[in-house]
Amino acid sequence: MSEIVQPAPIAVPMGAARIMSFDWRRAVPFLLTAPLLVYMLVFYALPVLAMLLRSLNDPTWSFAHYAALFEDVVFAKTFWTTFNTSVTVTAGCLLLGYPVALGLVRAKTLAPLILIVILLPFWTSVLVRSYAWMVLLGRHGLINEALLALGMIDRPLRILNTSLATQIAMIHILLPYMILPIANALRQIDPSLIRAASGLGASPFMTFRQVILPLSMSGVAAGTLLTFVLALGFYITPAMVGGPRDITLSMLIADQVEHLNWGYAATLSAVLLATALVLIAAARRLPGVGNAFRMSMK
Amino acid sequence: MILVRLLPAGVVGLILFFLAFPIVVVTVVSFSTASYLTFPPPAFGLRWYEAYFGSADWLKPTWVSLWVAAAVVVLATTLGTLAALGITRLPRPLRVFATGLILSPLIVPGIVVAIGIYYAYSRYGLVGTPIAMVLAHTCLAVPFVVTSVTASLAGLDPRLEQAALSLGATPGATFWQVTLPLIRPGVLVGALFAFITSFDELIVALFISGTGAVTLPRRMWDDLRFQIDPTIAAVSTLTIVLTAVLMGCAHFLRKRSQA
Repeated sequence: MSEIVQPAPIAVPMGAARIMSFDWRRAVPFLLTAPLLVYMLVFYALPVLAMLLRSLNDPTWSFAHYAALFEDVVFAKTFWTTFNTSVTVTAGCLLLGYPVALGLVRAKTLAPLILIVILLPFWTSVLVRSYAWMVLLGRHGLINEALLALGMIDRPLRILNTSLATQIAMIHILLPYMILPIANALRQIDPSLIRAASGLGASPFMTFRQVILPLSMSGVAAGTLLTFVLALGFYITPAMVGGPRDITLSMLIADQVEHLNWGYAATLSAVLLATALVLIAAARRLPGVGNAFRMSMK
Repeated sequence: MILVRLLPAGVVGLILFFLAFPIVVVTVVSFSTASYLTFPPPAFGLRWYEAYFGSADWLKPTWVSLWVAAAVVVLATTLGTLAALGITRLPRPLRVFATGLILSPLIVPGIVVAIGIYYAYSRYGLVGTPIAMVLAHTCLAVPFVVTSVTASLAGLDPRLEQAALSLGATPGATFWQVTLPLIRPGVLVGALFAFITSFDELIVALFISGTGAVTLPRRMWDDLRFQIDPTIAAVSTLTIVLTAVLMGCAHFLRKRSQA
């Protein structure tokens, strides 16, 4: 609310007024925000912090859990699998997402239809979409049946419960997170720039390469970051369609909690959380990313 | 030449097919009469929907999910709308902290939130109760309410509130009669997102729903561990339709309020 300019109070006894009238209007923003902040602290932030503290004080205060990670073969392998999967999935999303974003922005009459096709899976739960990939990729799934019927293979391929299945399903699930920020950035390009480029004799490819692509980089960066960070924390999809030996960090954490190994689980959680936060903090400093990132969160 | 022009459209079409196809397959399989997963189905029928609606094992978790989601909508929309009204007017350091805290569930990996909540809630005997599910899901749903309401507040002309106040309306009357009607689409969109967030949530449910508050996603997950019978396809289709309808409403509301 903008300040309303008021004439200076003349006849107010200053000292008394200051004590007597606590300015309620200045307290309003605090009073409005406080219930949610207290709620979030009590039911979410403090529980997570209390759990993370177990990485430092289980059984006594020390960095022993973190130090042990450096010689921990299981952790190294799991971290590598998680990182590797996230890189592959992010690259796949970028490769498939950019053309769709471009198509979405370019299309005129078909745009609402394209948007529905992007958003319908986006709104469907991760569990249902992972299940859909179980149906498609299973031993007697659609893909295998089709390939058998076409005579391209003699016996069913093992796709379900491999890292390939995880990657396909994760790309499918995360693709909209890549498409939407890129489409946002593409939409903000001034069309006169594109007309100018082609008017000056640039081929469509040159226009794309030298005008559209550079101007859409903030969206690409935001989409890449968002996809990568979300991929790092994936649990349901790799657990459902992934290979028995391709354990991600999230799966290892869940497994350790089941064994009530809280110190180790908390240490792994801290590493996972820190990786995500560092990436976001670093990327937000890139020009344009912070903004595109905030828009894509809506 | 025409081929070169059609190529990009063909590529985009294929990728869109990749996006839509799995959802379509689940929907089609749910109407199959076969007792195992096979595609295309030998014949179509409502067998798996009958199996779903005839089974207390499926209906009970459905009711738990619906009730939890409804309670989350009330709690998250109330707390989130109030906070959205105040947050932009907080002094800067506190505003940064509040925004970070409120939006953090979008970024913090689900498993970290889930085991943190499990760790703390289990000390107070909350695990396995619907109340625990509501308390936890509200935290996950709140960011959507706050972003949605903040966006509608940003489009609000402050002179309307000032006019009401200067014409003698109390702050309360100004809120109920001027501000709230103007931001109602944003509040409703936030409420819809809160509902879906809770209704679809699985990771937290895996840890804290116990045996006393098994939600629908949790029930589906348990079932998938042993078998993938087409009942799940029917349940999936029902949830796809429900989410699509609610999200369609949200999209429509948002578009209309922007116009």
